Amino acid sequence: MSIFDSSLGDFSQASRTQPNAWHVDLPLMLGLLILAVTSMFVLYSSSGQNIDLMWRQAIRFALAFVLMVTLAQIHPDILKRWVLWVYVAGVILLIAVILFGDVGKGAQRWLNLGLFRFQPSEMMKLAVPMMVAWYLSEHSLPPDGKRIFIAVLIILTPVMLIAKQPDLGTALLIAGAGFFVLFFAGIRWRLIVSIVGLGAACAPVAWYLMHDYQRQRVLTLLNPESDPLGAGYHIIQSKIAIGSGGLFGKGWLNGSQSQLNFLPERSTDFIFAAFAEEFGLLGVLILLTVYLFIVVRGIMVAAQAQDTFTRLVAGGLIMTFFTYVFVNIGMVIGLLPVVGVPLPLISYGGTSIVTITASFGILMAIHTNRKLLPR
Amino acid sequence: MRAHLTIKDHFRETKLFNVRAITSVVVSIALIVVIVARLVYLQIVDHELYATLSEDNRFHIRAIPPTRGLIYDRNGILLAHNFPTYALEITPERVKNMDETLQDLSQLITIDESDLSRFKRELKRNRPFKAIPIRTRLSDEEVARIAVNRHRFPGVDIAAELIRHYPHGGLGVHAIGYVGRINEKEKQLIDESDYDGTDYIGKTGIEKYYEDILHGHVGVAQEETNATGRRLRVIEQVPSEPGYNLRLTLDAKLQQVAEEAMGDHRGAVVAIDPNNGNILTLASTPVYDPNLFVTGIDRKTYQELRNSEDLPLFNRALRGRYPPGSTIKPFMALAGLELGVVESDVPTHCPGWYRLQGDKHRYRDWKKQGHGAVDLDTAIVQSCDVYFYDLAHTLGIDRMAHFLFPFGFNYKTGADIFGELAGLMPTSQWKRKTRGQPWYAGETLIAGIGQGYTLITPLQMAHSTGVLASYGKRMQPRIVGALENANSGEIKPIFPIEESPVPIHDKENWHKVLTAMERVVHYWRGTAYRAIGKDAPYKIGGKTGTAQVFSVKQDEEYDEEKVDERLRDHALFIAFAPVDAPKIAVAVIVENGGHGGSTAAPIARKVMDYYLLDLEKMDFSQQNAQKTAEKTAKNPS
Repeated sequence: MSIFDSSLGDFSQASRTQPNAWHVDLPLMLGLLILAVTSMFVLYSSSGQNIDLMWRQAIRFALAFVLMVTLAQIHPDILKRWVLWVYVAGVILLIAVILFGDVGKGAQRWLNLGLFRFQPSEMMKLAVPMMVAWYLSEHSLPPDGKRIFIAVLIILTPVMLIAKQPDLGTALLIAGAGFFVLFFAGIRWRLIVSIVGLGAACAPVAWYLMHDYQRQRVLTLLNPESDPLGAGYHIIQSKIAIGSGGLFGKGWLNGSQSQLNFLPERSTDFIFAAFAEEFGLLGVLILLTVYLFIVVRGIMVAAQAQDTFTRLVAGGLIMTFFTYVFVNIGMVIGLLPVVGVPLPLISYGGTSIVTITASFGILMAIHTNRKLLPR
Repeated sequence: MRAHLTIKDHFRETKLFNVRAITSVVVSIALIVVIVARLVYLQIVDHELYATLSEDNRFHIRAIPPTRGLIYDRNGILLAHNFPTYALEITPERVKNMDETLQDLSQLITIDESDLSRFKRELKRNRPFKAIPIRTRLSDEEVARIAVNRHRFPGVDIAAELIRHYPHGGLGVHAIGYVGRINEKEKQLIDESDYDGTDYIGKTGIEKYYEDILHGHVGVAQEETNATGRRLRVIEQVPSEPGYNLRLTLDAKLQQVAEEAMGDHRGAVVAIDPNNGNILTLASTPVYDPNLFVTGIDRKTYQELRNSEDLPLFNRALRGRYPPGSTIKPFMALAGLELGVVESDVPTHCPGWYRLQGDKHRYRDWKKQGHGAVDLDTAIVQSCDVYFYDLAHTLGIDRMAHFLFPFGFNYKTGADIFGELAGLMPTSQWKRKTRGQPWYAGETLIAGIGQGYTLITPLQMAHSTGVLASYGKRMQPRIVGALENANSGEIKPIFPIEESPVPIHDKENWHKVLTAMERVVHYWRGTAYRAIGKDAPYKIGGKTGTAQVFSVKQDEEYDEEKVDERLRDHALFIAFAPVDAPKIAVAVIVENGGHGGSTAAPIARKVMDYYLLDLEKMDFSQQNAQKTAEKTAKNPS
């Protein structure tokens, strides 16, 4: 047994003795609820005390949590049986999007199903890591070269389709999700380093293939002042909001940047800036601690999972969650280019909440359906 | 679990996974530390700076839109410029009660429904603290009224705005084009920040083709404003860069001559200098007033223009695709000679019709009784159809097409105006591909006299004529001759583009065809002699043409006079002059004009007369051009 396991000994004992009729993992639930409540407070302020908007978000949270608990009831074996079909359906839908999709903001991302519009790429955020986990778990780990190659194909097929929409941000995040599963499956460090190296080598090619607006975002990141009217405006205003928050923040409802509408997208992608302005560095540290707590708890769920499939799924999903957190905050504080990634469970909007709670539903299902036997 | 999984080394797998799990936690923590470090930097180290910036987020970034480049003709006559008007703008964030403000404003000045709906649309997708125009083109009186009441309206401002204006109205509109408000589709294609503060974009013609060059680059001013948004001082500014002025190769006066010569006819006139590809005239009639489109045309006028039978909005010179009729014959004759299919002095007998072997159908000549024995020269001068039926039959469609391609048939000329369409020169392969049918021999015959599938555009025909007249020298047609830096006045000429010349087999063949074209005009039996040849003071080479109008709309109402007129053939004429050293090549198409000789040729003659006789006498030195430019700049209307 590794050091890791022994250090977690107490925790795992505790949860193992817990009879859990609802299949809910309390630590995860606690973390997610803290985020949801925080979200309501921040939104109330950033939206200019818009009660309607808060209600809409509250209803979304309620529905998403119901979905999460529902998913938690499903035994992982059932998921394992279904994952191939979900993945195949997802790829077909992505092709359909390219052929018949609606164009929104210059990119085809939506499939109009008559009653509602559906974004297949969102579904793939879960389906891709699960598919890779399923494929790799059928054989012993670490995977050999051939299996890694096929796993990479499984990842790249939807990624290419999504990049073509074009939605480079989502495509990269899904590629990342698949990569995490490979990582947990134990592919060699040398291979990991060479993949990263290859990625860096591909950067000039990617630059060439990028759309103008995407290049602009990268350039803006390097020098936001170069385009103060366009893309740089977001980052400049966001930095002013965060920086002016200081150690203690300006206080709830007192953030002048967000209250006076200087900060763009302050309820959605840039909500972290509004949070940092009003609650300061201390508030941010608490928020980051909550995220870290959730991530660590998720990794624990993965470590305690009883078979390879669930272990890889749990690891892949939780690291994807962390990636969202890091990419969003990194973008808002000017470390990464502006990509449209919301701050998990804090930003306004339904789609990302559903995807994230669904992945936590799966994590809970994995954790609470273990056979209560010593390993 | 399946059987083969039992051989897995669970212990090893678990251990491996745990190592990876610890690694990922460590990396996550490390990344969070990076975030925290950055936040410490922003929120503690640089806190003072950002706090100050936030305090004064009264500082306000404003776009300074660039001035759009002007458009001059070749002699410095101003064709498109900008004149100042006043617009009323509202910065939504500075307004306490928008409905009330709009209500009060509408009592001072007229704000109609369309203004309001546009304003509300903009309001929804506006960037914070950006002013949105509610009314454009305020009158002096309205400006005064707002100015007096300004204290009542925080967040409401009068902004000077430059609006595009075409001082000569419809003159050359199909070449110049116009600007209009930027629409959603165009927004996707432009760099939006470069259009901050600019509401207009080139929609068609030169205005669209040269949009990037005419537009210039936006400037930025960082300003300090007081609480209600009034500007106090400019902290820093990067001035805008105006767009380049364009100097066209087009001659506005010649354009006017062409348009006037067309009279009430529908059609097109294109004149090109074959020595350098300069487009001298590009007329499509009827014309319309581009100024109507600049700030948004009202629905009724637009419908009238759109639904007019004369299709004024249709750019016939660039997009009108017509059968070339007999104007294709000189090119065919040259094909016959150069490919060795005919000899110039071996006559063909013309009984007034032609029949293919094993086919009963008689392909008629326009002259019922026939031309008798016809050699190449007579065939062109008198436009004998039978001669060219025979020639086309011997050549075959594919050789014919491949000979004509280098003259520009079937292709866009690539001229620098937006919206050009390509003509069509059919091949057997083309027919198989597009219609799924084999090529029939009869189709070759009618292609030989410029009917059937073959289509040309007036621009292409003028270009092709120029190539023929200058012994295969191919200059790409172009309409912008130079760019002028609006600040320094420095002129950057755009050099003409010469494409690889049409290969010459025997120069004598070309000479024979060109001589025949000269005789079309100057020999008493030539088809254009009576119309223009009798009294021409210089040597013209030309060819008349008549194109059948075969598309009659089924649902058109029966109206004897009108239907008759619309069913008449299109009249065509191509010409170049002077024959020895061509300075101008012209193509004229008059829709439903009847015969090429009588209707189209005189129009071409007027254009050439003006260019070769009157224009030569004029003094168009640089100085003169400057003077004209200055004069027009002073009195814009």
